[in-house]
Amino acid sequence: MSPIGLRKQLISLVLVGPLLLFLIFFFAFPLVTMMKSAVSDPVAARALPATARAVASWDRVSPPTDAIMAAFVTDIRQINDDQLFGDLVRRLNSAKSGFRTLMTKTRTTLSEGTGSIDLIAVDKRWGDPSYWQAVSVAASSTITDRNLLAAVDLQRDTSNAITALPADASANRAIMLRTFVMALTVTVACVLIGLPFAMIAASVDGWKRQLLLGAVLLPLWTSLLVRTAAWFILLQDTGLINSVLMQLGVTSGPVPLIFNRAGVIIAMTHVLLPFMVLPIFSVLIGIPKNLMPAAASLGAHPVRAFLNVLLPLTLRGVVSGSLLVFMSALGYYITPALIGGAKDQMISSVIAYYATGAANWGMAGALGLVLLAATMILYAIYLRLSSEREVRP
Amino acid sequence: MSNPFIRLEEVSKSFGLLTVVEGLNLEIGKGEFISLLGPSGSGKTTILMMLAGFEHPTSGAIWAGGKRIDSLPPHRRNMGVVFQNYALFPHMTVSENVAFPLKMRGLPRAEVTERVGRALDMVQLGSLAERRPSQLSGGQQQRVALARALIFEPEVVLMDEPLGALDKQLREQMQLDIRDLHRRIELTIVFVTHDQSEALTMSDRIAIFNRGKIEQIGKPSEIYDHPSTQFVAEFIGETNLIHGSVQSIEGGTARVQLPGGQEVFVETTTNLCPNGSVCLSIRPERIKVGRREVASNKITAAISDVVYHGDHLRLVARSDGQALVIKTDRSQPTLSIGEEVQLSFLPSDCWVVRP
Repeated sequence: MSPIGLRKQLISLVLVGPLLLFLIFFFAFPLVTMMKSAVSDPVAARALPATARAVASWDRVSPPTDAIMAAFVTDIRQINDDQLFGDLVRRLNSAKSGFRTLMTKTRTTLSEGTGSIDLIAVDKRWGDPSYWQAVSVAASSTITDRNLLAAVDLQRDTSNAITALPADASANRAIMLRTFVMALTVTVACVLIGLPFAMIAASVDGWKRQLLLGAVLLPLWTSLLVRTAAWFILLQDTGLINSVLMQLGVTSGPVPLIFNRAGVIIAMTHVLLPFMVLPIFSVLIGIPKNLMPAAASLGAHPVRAFLNVLLPLTLRGVVSGSLLVFMSALGYYITPALIGGAKDQMISSVIAYYATGAANWGMAGALGLVLLAATMILYAIYLRLSSEREVRP
Repeated sequence: MSNPFIRLEEVSKSFGLLTVVEGLNLEIGKGEFISLLGPSGSGKTTILMMLAGFEHPTSGAIWAGGKRIDSLPPHRRNMGVVFQNYALFPHMTVSENVAFPLKMRGLPRAEVTERVGRALDMVQLGSLAERRPSQLSGGQQQRVALARALIFEPEVVLMDEPLGALDKQLREQMQLDIRDLHRRIELTIVFVTHDQSEALTMSDRIAIFNRGKIEQIGKPSEIYDHPSTQFVAEFIGETNLIHGSVQSIEGGTARVQLPGGQEVFVETTTNLCPNGSVCLSIRPERIKVGRREVASNKITAAISDVVYHGDHLRLVARSDGQALVIKTDRSQPTLSIGEEVQLSFLPSDCWVVRP
């Protein structure tokens, strides 16, 4: 390459450098870390190295051999770090409850003496192969699909086959489904309100158009938190909406609009409406003005002209608007948290619970990964559908 | 016209304070090709839009086929409209576009297919039936628009500067195609244009519009040879306008004195009064350089410019401060700038126009 070409490449690299660094450090790196934490499981392998070697030849069905027990005793005695021991206990306990007391008791007993010890004598639970199976699974690998399976309400049973979690143990699938249903409801509501609105805005001009577009854009410039808080005030039992309804005599008592599904849908629809109106509007103003007159001159009644000409042409905007609204709605957290009840929480609040409440980054990462995958699949379907429509001659 | 197909009666149209069309009367016969010609803002397109039903007259009445139509919505007027930018439906194929009016009329599928095939063959687009409008050239799109406007056999086809977006060669080809189509299927066509040569080559009659009124209406040759006003004379073709004062009138011939003192004879049908001032229009190709045997007007002038145009020469000559444009064939001996020449033209080639 000529020196000038090299120089140009260097300059362009320097120019995009800041952006590149920003994306790597604040987007790609955290994303990869979270995805890794969803599948990584290094605690047991690190705390129980000898056990990991010993269980490699075990069939996980027959009673554990003395060699395994001896290796386990060695490993436990070598753990000096209380933090590591705590992590190990938490990890094992999440696989099988009972480990917390068992491990504490075992460690206390082991630290009192040296030499070989009969573990079954310490606690008879050590004679139960299922505890050893849990130890074996945890110690033999540093990666796990536990979190991912749990994110979709699945688990591995003692024979390592994938089975459904008991119905009372987890609700991730139900919450995921609820998330999609709510996002879909908001999308439909946005289409029903946004399409006619965009059509009216595109059909007028001058100050009327500015006013209509301003009415949509203004909320967009306000912080999401402020808008949600405003809805909180409007929707409550003594709020503006209920007091107007009661004063008009429409209802005798307040309509429950807050801490339920209706309130969340109303607030989310309002917040996401601009993302529906703007794509439709931009498609509409690109449609030549003379198509509707042309349809009329060719004998089409206004309703049929709308259905046959304007609506199909607007569909592109509706589809991209729907995609924007749906994708954004999937990840909503603040609005359901503030306005919704316990049964209106979406998947992101579960993720938030695992990340900040339970400090279970593995589960948070796994749920995030599942949400990301579901979104990507939907997006791929959309791309496939839209490209097919364009390719068709 | 004894039995006009379309009649506009005292039609006016205002947008707010702006009057675009004022007290217009126009009759269009069945099978006629009429061009509405005028500069932009002269009201010609507004008339077309009122005929199509996209605009409604502020006052007056529009009749078509014996029925009053000015309050009828566009989709019930049965008029084909060809728009300036074709207005093809971008999400439909060529054949879907052409089939649209038939589908709107609820025709059976087999008949639609058959008629679409025939219509596309008529405009030589049968092979492109499955293309999208965006995959066609401007001329092809125009032909699709034409087929779509004709397929439902409307009584009238309204065309709003349909050839404006095409290049010159294609435009001339399309002019011939449309004229040919008009003759073959005896269509009534109302054609709006601001291109005077288009109007001259295609129309049975031309209506010249200026400021919402018809300045003159007639056959192309009438309009060109005998423009009634200064506006028409200047708008259609090129002309020399000469002001003078009438000296005397004998029979059909008036003697007119030009500002420089030279005198010319003018054949006229208009009533002129002696000593009145008058405006004459002489077409550049009617002026000859050099003497002629027949009794003709002679003016001496000096050549001030010679422009070579390939098939003809354009001369500019000055006579007593009056510039005259002359179009002449190239059989003329070479003329040099500044040369004094004799210009001659027949009294019948001078036409008195109203200011």
